[in-house]
Amino acid sequence: MIRREESVVAVEVKGLMKSFGDFQAVKDVNFTVEEGEIFGLIGPNGAGKTTTMRMMATLLQISGGSINIFGNDVVNDVDAVRKIISYLPEEAGAYKNLTGRQYLEFIGRFFAEGDDVQRMVDRGIEISNLAERIDDKVDSYSKGMTRRLLVGRALMFKPRLAILDELTSGLDVISAQQIRGMVRKIAREGTTFIVSSHNMLEVELICDRLALINSGKVVEMGAPADLKKKYDAANIEDVFVKVVG
Amino acid sequence: MKALSNIMIKEIKELLTVATIIPVVIMAVLFASLGGMIGGVQDEASQPPRIGLIVQDTDSSWSMLARDTISNHTEIVYSGADIDEGLEAVSSASGTALLVIPEEFGDNISSERPGTIAVYWIMSGAGIMDSISSSVVDAIIVQVNTEISRVMIEEGSSSNASMVLSPTIRSETTFFKEKSIEGVSPSTISSMLSSQSFIVPLVVMLMIMMSGSTVISSMGLEKENKTLETLLTMPVKRSHIVLGKLGGAAAVGLLMALIYMVGMNYYMTGMQGSAVIDVAKYGLVLGTMDYVLVGISLFLSVLSGLALCMLLGAMARDYKSAQSLTLPIMFMAMMPFFVLMMKDFNTLPVFLQALLFAIPFTHPMMAMNNLMFDDYGLVFAGIAYQLLFAAITVAAAVWLFKKDLLITGRKKRAANAAGRRQKK
Repeated sequence: MIRREESVVAVEVKGLMKSFGDFQAVKDVNFTVEEGEIFGLIGPNGAGKTTTMRMMATLLQISGGSINIFGNDVVNDVDAVRKIISYLPEEAGAYKNLTGRQYLEFIGRFFAEGDDVQRMVDRGIEISNLAERIDDKVDSYSKGMTRRLLVGRALMFKPRLAILDELTSGLDVISAQQIRGMVRKIAREGTTFIVSSHNMLEVELICDRLALINSGKVVEMGAPADLKKKYDAANIEDVFVKVVG
Repeated sequence: MKALSNIMIKEIKELLTVATIIPVVIMAVLFASLGGMIGGVQDEASQPPRIGLIVQDTDSSWSMLARDTISNHTEIVYSGADIDEGLEAVSSASGTALLVIPEEFGDNISSERPGTIAVYWIMSGAGIMDSISSSVVDAIIVQVNTEISRVMIEEGSSSNASMVLSPTIRSETTFFKEKSIEGVSPSTISSMLSSQSFIVPLVVMLMIMMSGSTVISSMGLEKENKTLETLLTMPVKRSHIVLGKLGGAAAVGLLMALIYMVGMNYYMTGMQGSAVIDVAKYGLVLGTMDYVLVGISLFLSVLSGLALCMLLGAMARDYKSAQSLTLPIMFMAMMPFFVLMMKDFNTLPVFLQALLFAIPFTHPMMAMNNLMFDDYGLVFAGIAYQLLFAAITVAAAVWLFKKDLLITGRKKRAANAAGRRQKK
């Protein structure tokens, strides 16, 4: 995380609520994330992690509360928010008729013009580490290759905030490690990350701070080391079980 | 057996969804109404045609024979002496023609010159079924000819073979949509208009079906390939996403329709051959403004059709379910095509007129024929309706792209899914 004399609040979530009809999926979620921080959202299935992330990514409407991203309200300043965020859904895909390079170019053209697009694409290719396969059609990619392409897509334009749902979903051990390293490197360059994961080891390895969400509420929050100490746990998995279980 | 029924029940539940049932129900209702219309036309055809008959030659036996033959097979709605009055009466009685047996009819036949029957056709529509009643009257006039021939042969009143075989001729004038066309029968006009009645609606139908299917499939693919969420977080206005998708699909649809049309054009040229009649000869031509109006109607039709497809596509869960959602659009495009080929819009029952008017694809299909006969009212009303329809459907599609519904599916489904995840 970037340590500055005065830390900048990247994300401020206040009293966030989301209902689907009578069902309340997110109930009064509050947290703040500083610029350059890697912030983890962990919790059991259906805890409200993805719904929270989708609201931050302007995909779902907010039922109550507010989300502020670098001074932009996600409801009132939606266009400004979309210019500085990047969202990687857990079950994302790419257009199968395009090659990996064409897909990155397609996305790049939303954020830049001319030579800047090419620079962005080159960065996306480097992050995805697909080498010569970048010119093959996405249809021929394995699940892991597609995920790497999508991570490249999500990070290539240096978003101020990257929201990554299940960052290494579908990746093998080596690729997952490479991607985690890449995330750490990009965070050092100033990008703020909000990640969710079922992989507690991964969360412990890359996150500066964590929020444990259960039944639509944040039930615990803190740095991994502090949480382990507080719950006298050997790892975050034990913390998770003690808090949620 | 338990395993078998288990699988069967699962399959039925999977296949029998609201999305699959609605298109079938819509098609059944539309087919039923189409069947009702055709039944109505058959009933109409079995009735004697309504005509007006003016007999100016009251002295000769030939004209009496002609009058009796005509009267026996028709319902006479006017039998006065004034042509204009007769035309008015026949028109208001929804009749087919006004026949006039002129004063010199009998004398001409007796003098071995063909007697002329003046036929003033009141053409109600250019559809195939619209010309059924005129065909019946046509057959009755032939019957008059046959009857006079028979009497001439029995009486031996002429040795001129061609005169005996054809003792009558006819002079025809057709009134259709405020225009009077001399020397042409309704069936000739129908065939003259066949290219407009067939080709233009065919292009519209194909274009709607092709591009509509592209939009729905695109939405289905976005969901199946999980690319929609990413697209919706891009810094681009929702209206641009909607219009971009519509524009792309329209271009693909146009290209596909053009490819089909090239083949179809060769087919039609081969079919029609020398039978094609020059419509310009009868003043039935379109001006530049008319073509602009047809273009506007076609554009609005495609735009509203595609926006409608996008709304339907939003209901699709994947590519497979998107395919079944193309059915109502296909039927909406096919229905006006087939109905207008059979019947003119003006001769349809009111409920079918309302139904066809409500389908935005109907308007460009009939625009050319209407403009040819200076029926601007219906064209402008159609364009106004299409404009409203397109505005509402595009706005609805943009609205939908701003809603949770596109991401989560129906509320009930989303709530159930979220609830299930929390219970785990």
